[in-house]
Amino acid sequence: MSPEPVDLSKHPPLIEVEKLHLYYGVSHALKDISLTMRKNQVTAFIGPSGCGKSTLLRCLNRMNDLIDSVRIEGSIRLDKDEITARSTDVISLRRRVGMVFQQSNPFPKSIYENIVYGLRIAGINDKATLDETVERSLKGAAIWNEVKDRLHDSALGLSGGQAQRICIARAIATNPEVILMDEPCSALDPLSTLKIEELIDELKEQYTIVIVTHNMQQAARVSDATAFFYLGELIEMGDTKKIFTNPEKQQTEDYITGRFG
Amino acid sequence: MKNYWKRGEPMVLTAGATLAVILFMTLTLIAVILGNSLGYFWVKGLVRFKLHDGSYVMGQLTAAESHALTKARRLQLKVGNRDLYSQDFRWVDESEISSKDIPKDAYLLERFEHGNFFGFLKELKKADGSTVAADAAALQQAHSEIMKKQKGLKQIKGQMSDLNQSSETLRLKIQKLEYRGAEANSAAISTLNEERAKLTATFDGLNEKLNQQQAELAKVTAVFTDAAGTEKELPLLEIVRFYQPNSMSIVAKAGAYLVKINELLFDDPRESNTEGGLFPAIFGTVMMVLLMSVFSLPFGVIAAIYLREYAKEGKLVQLVRIAVNNLAGVPSIVYGVFGLGFFVYGIGGALDKLFFPERLPTPVFGTGGILWSSLTLALLTVPVVIVATEESLASIPKGIREGSLALGATKFQTLTKVLLPMATPGIMTGLVLSMARAVGEVAPLMMVGVVKLAPTLPFDTQFPFFHMDRKFMHLGFHIFDVGFQSPNVEAAKPMVYVTTLLLLLIVIAASSLAIRFRNQMRRRYTTSHF
Repeated sequence: MSPEPVDLSKHPPLIEVEKLHLYYGVSHALKDISLTMRKNQVTAFIGPSGCGKSTLLRCLNRMNDLIDSVRIEGSIRLDKDEITARSTDVISLRRRVGMVFQQSNPFPKSIYENIVYGLRIAGINDKATLDETVERSLKGAAIWNEVKDRLHDSALGLSGGQAQRICIARAIATNPEVILMDEPCSALDPLSTLKIEELIDELKEQYTIVIVTHNMQQAARVSDATAFFYLGELIEMGDTKKIFTNPEKQQTEDYITGRFG
Repeated sequence: MKNYWKRGEPMVLTAGATLAVILFMTLTLIAVILGNSLGYFWVKGLVRFKLHDGSYVMGQLTAAESHALTKARRLQLKVGNRDLYSQDFRWVDESEISSKDIPKDAYLLERFEHGNFFGFLKELKKADGSTVAADAAALQQAHSEIMKKQKGLKQIKGQMSDLNQSSETLRLKIQKLEYRGAEANSAAISTLNEERAKLTATFDGLNEKLNQQQAELAKVTAVFTDAAGTEKELPLLEIVRFYQPNSMSIVAKAGAYLVKINELLFDDPRESNTEGGLFPAIFGTVMMVLLMSVFSLPFGVIAAIYLREYAKEGKLVQLVRIAVNNLAGVPSIVYGVFGLGFFVYGIGGALDKLFFPERLPTPVFGTGGILWSSLTLALLTVPVVIVATEESLASIPKGIREGSLALGATKFQTLTKVLLPMATPGIMTGLVLSMARAVGEVAPLMMVGVVKLAPTLPFDTQFPFFHMDRKFMHLGFHIFDVGFQSPNVEAAKPMVYVTTLLLLLIVIAASSLAIRFRNQMRRRYTTSHF
């Protein structure tokens, strides 16, 4: 079940999940998950709705803390630091692990203020630093040319695709190590989807990306490694090419060929 | 036919009809108030009737009605001259009237006391007692001269009021010293007493001067005769203004109308509130509502934030929420009783014991006042603010919260930087509703600080400027008082409508300000959906 051998010096393991169990009250949502995500790679989580892939994603930056009834067992390590420990500083963890959501969620502020939000709440208010970050992040999210003349307009006036790229820019503004993407294209038109996918390809040079997607073609296009979940269990994880061409498990094959799910 | 019901057309019709009924009722309400109030300040002409018994009646026509059986019509006249006839209104049977005319030279006098006077000018008397045959121009000149001199006396009055205030301050100081020990402080007390005696002497001197000058002014009089020919000598000092309504042009009447509106908005009331202005009541209402907002807005918002964002959802929070919602439905008089028991007697009494023990049993804070009224109404309206804030916080999409938290913001940062700005339009709506409710409440106020006539405003130029312990006047109470408690209900009727109109206008003004502000915020903070 371990992934195909890759160049370990270039892509050392960054996030290691070990024997992770997650309960929502009494329902057992994640069952004994162990997997590794490698540095500067795109890892895709696929699986039918309700299989726990988003839940796992949200464990990686402790977003599940917001839900009272959640209980977690097992361990997740980010570069040797334990994430699930009670003592972990969630705020600094979330600075290291950025997130992009299914619905683009720009704040009702100007584009500029959206990008620098992460810096401002960290107490950085130096104008030069902020300006520099805005330009870097917007260029990094490939939207600089579209918005550079209206940085101080409300971010609410942007189209869906643009708003999603603003959210990506906002996530990379704080220089995280990892970017989590929870179905980032599911609400976008094909053209915007294409742009985001191209962007993901560029971003993996600098960041490690974990993406949840319903779209098998998208997983095949953008990811290096793919994990297939079913009913809270990790069925199979491996090199994307292998998963899509020669999966080990029958269930995986059934799912990616569209026989169920 | 079956399809007709299925398509839901009766439902649409019913809905439309209901809306129409509501609209109609609202418009009727506005029309009745406008119709009854706006006409009040228009100078009405005077009509003179000669009756079959040879007597004359003059006045303004106010109503007409027919007897149910005999169909005999009778007319209601406002005849004024309350000091002569002891009644402002008189019913005249049409059958008694032999002739009717509209005398061009009839005068309408507005007086500081005894209501209006309707009659004819006979002569003017100067201060030395010499008489001058008079016309309108001479009267006008003499009157404005007197008024000018009267205004000159204002300076003396101002000085006197300042002296009075200083003397009162001294009295309280002496009282305090005496309370702390009359023996030990005897030296200080006697110095203060001397000082106070000096003030009193100056005050008495001024008072004498004032009285003298006023007596001098009062010597200038005008002799009028009423319709029946009875003579009445009136000092010009007692006349507010006068018209000859039957020979006034439309333009002159419009001018008089504006003067009256101005008086209404900026002058003090007279004649036990049935005449004159409403300024103290307007001021009291606005200040009380603003003070109330200062208390209820932060309390409501903070409570709602705790309930929605921090408190753990459970039985207790649900119970609290139900309690808050029910609080909004408690009859307002209950709040009045609570305010009286808790704020006035409880907190106010304790404050008096702590800070003003020397003045007891005369209360300072232990009696109704604008502070306690505002607090009582704040309590009454805080549920509205809580519910509105909670709802607007709840309506913010989950994604926005998560977006902020995912960037490493704390819950508090998320709240102050993102959620509260987004909730502001909703909070403003709550504020508008609460202000509208507070402006209209009278019952609780009667127990905690509203009065028929307040000698001073709760805000003036004397330190500390805001006098939270003072009683105040309120438009809502004014309506009740003028309408039901005044000695001259018939004459006060138009004033009730005028006051109602003003109250409505204040609510509308406050609401539209808040709504404008809300819309501005809304434009900035609406989330777009694609």
